[in-house]
Amino acid sequence: MSAHSPLSSAGAKQAEAAGKLGHKRPSWYLRLKSWWNDRSRWQQWLLLLVVVILAYLLPVINPPLITTEPSNDFAISCFNMALYGLVALGLNVVVGQAGLLDLGYIGFFAVGAYTASLWTSPDSPLVHIPYLWTLPLAMIVTVVFGIALGIPTLRLRGDYLAIVTLGFGEIIRLLATIIPVLKGNTGFQNIGRPPGEIDGSPIFSASNGLPWYWFTVTVIVIVMILLGNLERSRVGRAWFAIREDEDAAEIMGVPTFRFKLAAFGTGAALGGLSGALLAGQVGFVNNQKFDVPTSILFLAAVILGGQGNKLGVVIGGAIVAYVPLRFTALGGWKFLIFGVVLVLLMIFRSQGLFGKKPKLLTYTARIRRKVKHEASPEPGDPPHEATASATDRSGIDENTDRSGIDENTDDGDEGGRA
Amino acid sequence: MNADANLTEVAPERDIAVAEGDTLVKVKDLSVVFGGLTALDSVSFDIRRGEILGLIGPNGAGKTTCFNAMTGVYKPSQGSVMLEGHSLLGLKKHRITRLGLARTFQNIRLFGEMTALENVAVGLDARHKSGMISAMLRTPRHYREEKQIITRGMELLEFVGIADRALDRAKDLPYGYQRRLEIARALATDPKLLCLDEPAAGFNPAEKEELMELIHTVRDEGYTILLIEHDMKLVMGVTDRIVVLEFGKKIADDIPSAIREDPAVIAAYLGQEEPDATA
Repeated sequence: MSAHSPLSSAGAKQAEAAGKLGHKRPSWYLRLKSWWNDRSRWQQWLLLLVVVILAYLLPVINPPLITTEPSNDFAISCFNMALYGLVALGLNVVVGQAGLLDLGYIGFFAVGAYTASLWTSPDSPLVHIPYLWTLPLAMIVTVVFGIALGIPTLRLRGDYLAIVTLGFGEIIRLLATIIPVLKGNTGFQNIGRPPGEIDGSPIFSASNGLPWYWFTVTVIVIVMILLGNLERSRVGRAWFAIREDEDAAEIMGVPTFRFKLAAFGTGAALGGLSGALLAGQVGFVNNQKFDVPTSILFLAAVILGGQGNKLGVVIGGAIVAYVPLRFTALGGWKFLIFGVVLVLLMIFRSQGLFGKKPKLLTYTARIRRKVKHEASPEPGDPPHEATASATDRSGIDENTDRSGIDENTDDGDEGGRA
Repeated sequence: MNADANLTEVAPERDIAVAEGDTLVKVKDLSVVFGGLTALDSVSFDIRRGEILGLIGPNGAGKTTCFNAMTGVYKPSQGSVMLEGHSLLGLKKHRITRLGLARTFQNIRLFGEMTALENVAVGLDARHKSGMISAMLRTPRHYREEKQIITRGMELLEFVGIADRALDRAKDLPYGYQRRLEIARALATDPKLLCLDEPAAGFNPAEKEELMELIHTVRDEGYTILLIEHDMKLVMGVTDRIVVLEFGKKIADDIPSAIREDPAVIAAYLGQEEPDATA
């Protein structure tokens, strides 16, 4: 905090103090945040680039203590972490940005996995297409499912929507058991993989997690850029407004139903994409993987990371996937531990580890400069009178209104401007 | 007040089908029934383009109900609301806003976590067309609209006098600023009729005075205003015409000086409070 003018640093300190009073945020987070905001745009990009490169290298470095070996192959563990990150990213659009509680996100994940299976596995009677084509196909199919689910249910709110989506997740799982083509517990084997061979053996295989991990991280980076574009646009603002106050948003001209459907569709597409990736890496899909606890785990990833913060939820997803892999001994205890962690988190840090409000304008930096520029030349400009006196007023007082009448009746004819 | 600085930019040219002084909004036989209770009983009045129409009445008279029926929040059981000759009944709320009817809320309903400027941006977005594709791929239209948000959004904030706090969260703003931000957000939707629901509630006399000034400035920009207000002084001072409701019925509709003398109004509204005002 040393490099800038005393004026702005004083302002930052003030804001910091206000933040401390208001939200009890730990100071490490505030310091990190203000430090980050003080960096220039290219510095931020450069830092992000370093982070991305480190993320790519993570399984290669295979750091001791952090590694999940010997019980789990670290590269495959990394792939699972990235996959959960991608899932959390998709669910975050629905839950974090638009504020729609979706407990059946696993349903879209399943639809994606089955789409990839049906069009690539030799066990399927359908026409076979190259695996990479199933990724966009899975997204399209899940969007259709998302919209089909959304049109009747998005008129519901809060808890009601949560229950219906929970039902949707179960319906998909049960359909996978009931419909013969989906082969229930037997499932699909030898699901396709991306092309490419080195020395006769395929680059992408179930035993080699590295290419899968790199592929997924690349997908995450692209998705994050696109979602960032959405966030700082009319769409992101509409989603945030719906989350804040749906009725007010509608009255301010936001077609809420359409934007909720868009959020649902976007989330569904990413869920489908993740499902197809999982199907490709594991090479096997049956009806056992898509249960309600996993769906709740996805939600836990979003809440843990911090709803609304893209990078935060990816980290949340990675943590949720990492902990059981690192501490295999946990086994069935993992849900208990996540439960305790979430309860503690809600008590001490209800906005999640990295919860922050996203920026919703494309030109945020420009406008900040403009406002600072306008504010600094004439610091003596008196603020509006309303500021000083109105802060401590809590509500509308019947008596003040009455007194207004009293004053008026004695007055002359000031009402005569017709 | 720095409101006069940028008059031209704040009110862009709008295609309003009716001429100055002609009927912009026609409310006819509007009734709203909740269960067995008739909250609004065959209320009819016109709003002429360019005027400030006051809607007053004692508590529970049906003022806000009338507002809500006009803006599509409640479904009227009978009657019609016409904007420039087109019926608004049965339209979605966001459609009504886009057709040109914007409102503020009696109990402030800003998007608290958003900054003041972002709140206004949501209002401006009512006139924007960017969708998923345009936003994701950053088309020229997206950039055009985002630039417009910066310029017009800041102008609107300056216009209502709160530009200095443009980047603060709405819920951190002082009460008076929040009220003004509500007006700015409604103006951002570029309305033909601006409906203000008790905009001065909770203000002290000095703040009310300033707000009156602001409302006048808004009208001078070419906006038509429907004002619900409790405070008789504010209403008398600022409006061109007043409609008085009592128990869901219209009991008077005239210029302020005539309303002041109207025995029915005095009986319903003022008489019980200040008996000697009639003398």
